[in-house]
Amino acid sequence: MASHLIILPILLPLFAGLLILLEARQRLWLRRLTGLLATALLVPVVLLLWHQAASGEIAVYRLGNWAPPFGIVLVLDQLAALMLAVTALLALPVYLHACRGDDQNGANFHALFQFQLLGINGAFLTGDLFNLFVFFEVLLIASYALLMHGQGADRARAGIHYVVLNLTGSSLFLFGLGLIYAATGTLNMADVSRVMQQGNLVSPMLLQVSAALLLLVFSLKAALLPLSFWLPGAYSAASAPVAALFAIMTKVGLYAIWRLWPLLFGHDASPLDGLVAPWLWALALATLLFAAVGALAATRLAALTAWLVLVSVGSLMAVITVATTQAWAAGFYYLLHSTWSAAALFLLVGLISSRRGLLADQLRSGNDLHPALGILFILLAVMLIGLPPFSGFIGKLLLLQAVPAGIFWAVLLGSSLIVLVAFSRAGSTVFWRQQRDIFAEKMPFSDLLPLLLLLAMTFALIIFAGPAHEAMGSIAEQLMNSQLYIEAVLGEQEVGQ
Amino acid sequence: MEIMVALMIAVMTGCGVYLILRLRTFPVVLGLTMLSYAVNIFLFAMGRLRADAPAVIGEAANYTDPLPQALVLTAIVIGFAMTAFLMALALRAWGEFGTDHVDGKTVEQDATDEERR
Repeated sequence: MASHLIILPILLPLFAGLLILLEARQRLWLRRLTGLLATALLVPVVLLLWHQAASGEIAVYRLGNWAPPFGIVLVLDQLAALMLAVTALLALPVYLHACRGDDQNGANFHALFQFQLLGINGAFLTGDLFNLFVFFEVLLIASYALLMHGQGADRARAGIHYVVLNLTGSSLFLFGLGLIYAATGTLNMADVSRVMQQGNLVSPMLLQVSAALLLLVFSLKAALLPLSFWLPGAYSAASAPVAALFAIMTKVGLYAIWRLWPLLFGHDASPLDGLVAPWLWALALATLLFAAVGALAATRLAALTAWLVLVSVGSLMAVITVATTQAWAAGFYYLLHSTWSAAALFLLVGLISSRRGLLADQLRSGNDLHPALGILFILLAVMLIGLPPFSGFIGKLLLLQAVPAGIFWAVLLGSSLIVLVAFSRAGSTVFWRQQRDIFAEKMPFSDLLPLLLLLAMTFALIIFAGPAHEAMGSIAEQLMNSQLYIEAVLGEQEVGQ
Repeated sequence: MEIMVALMIAVMTGCGVYLILRLRTFPVVLGLTMLSYAVNIFLFAMGRLRADAPAVIGEAANYTDPLPQALVLTAIVIGFAMTAFLMALALRAWGEFGTDHVDGKTVEQDATDEERR
């Protein structure tokens, strides 16, 4: 029974989404209740899975009991469990926020939300490259529709760009998969790595091209610099809960790179050794700077938040290319912090813009806002800039400790400074320069609850920074040791060839 | 045969990329369709090209790799759904902006942009 738990994060949103579709037109409360139950149930499930994975065992679930490399496998290692936990813990507050009323601005929000979770969870669990493509498409098609949720010309424009870019990316993904199959004769991640290590490749060049193509696609999803221009437009056009959920989407791209790094790029003398790391390192630093400057140029709060998502992408990508256990552990910690706090800021921006009428979230002075919003804003700003004593500070400190390169220090600290300036300007414009002295309406606690949940999670990251960092270290160690993964998936298969 | 298939994929990919870079949404949709056709044939060719070989073991002495064919089938279905969605999206954007420009610009705006350049 326990072994079937692995597939639950995929099945639960799938069935919840289908059930909600049955109620597509009437009874809003039923849709909300089903969605809420499914999203809330996901939390204990992923925590159980996390508990199971934390023992260090890599669980493999064979769909249809076909032995890998022939069948599709789901693999639960510590990294997958961590990503599932981040997603589930993010989804619940975001969903609560959406149920305050944002969900009524368009059709099918509840079902799409579940399908989005289905795609994300599937992408984290799968151990097969083609299956990864399929789950990417599932999460993308849900995200296309979610992005357009709530109508509006801005969303239609951002939606077209986002969809066309991602469809082109999907085509490239398929080209890459085809080449991998041609080079190695398999699409199972562990098997690809094994074939590569044994050196019986049809042609090393085919593998190099395919790996480069896959990285290109994942960089597009993660929004690495030359491919990141879509992100600020898309994320700032989306409605608040959708943008908050999308905070995990760039991390799906980063996760895919993280997953494949030890399997494909981490071996000496492999045809891929040193092929991409120098490029990605430079591009990651460029992304970091570019995003900070973008934050400075943002004219809307949502755009500012979107640029901050990009800042975290740059930092994390730089950490991935360093590829030491310490760096990756720091990266995982920073990933938790940046996902949750960026999502919290998106939700807060949603609350602010709903109280400012036509001004919405533009960086212009408007009517007086409730002090609670101001306090939350400054809390989140301090957190995202990376000032003590919050999780952003610990995260950035760990990053700096783990990556001793001078240029990384300069870029990370420089970008933090620029972000600080951007935040000060935004905060003082929106909260201090009021034209009229009309005190805005009351602040119901239910509006703040989802935000406070997200904040509580980041506070837990500060309080339990020690144990959390230790756990991240063990994730990084397990991930780094690709032999563990290959043996867990393929087992004694190796004898058979 | 290899050269012909390779050339065909190349031409289709080229056409697809050219069309994706166009200004109006309809050519972009066509371009994406072309690109997905190219990718489907490309996937098909990944199992090596063989004539007169069924993808079933035991039916003939000579058989071809069935896996790419299964992959192509999945890719076709997904590509089809995505094209349909994009089509609907393009129509919606056309209704929203009153133009089929990819940035939602009208003919006049576009002309002034050109002049500025």
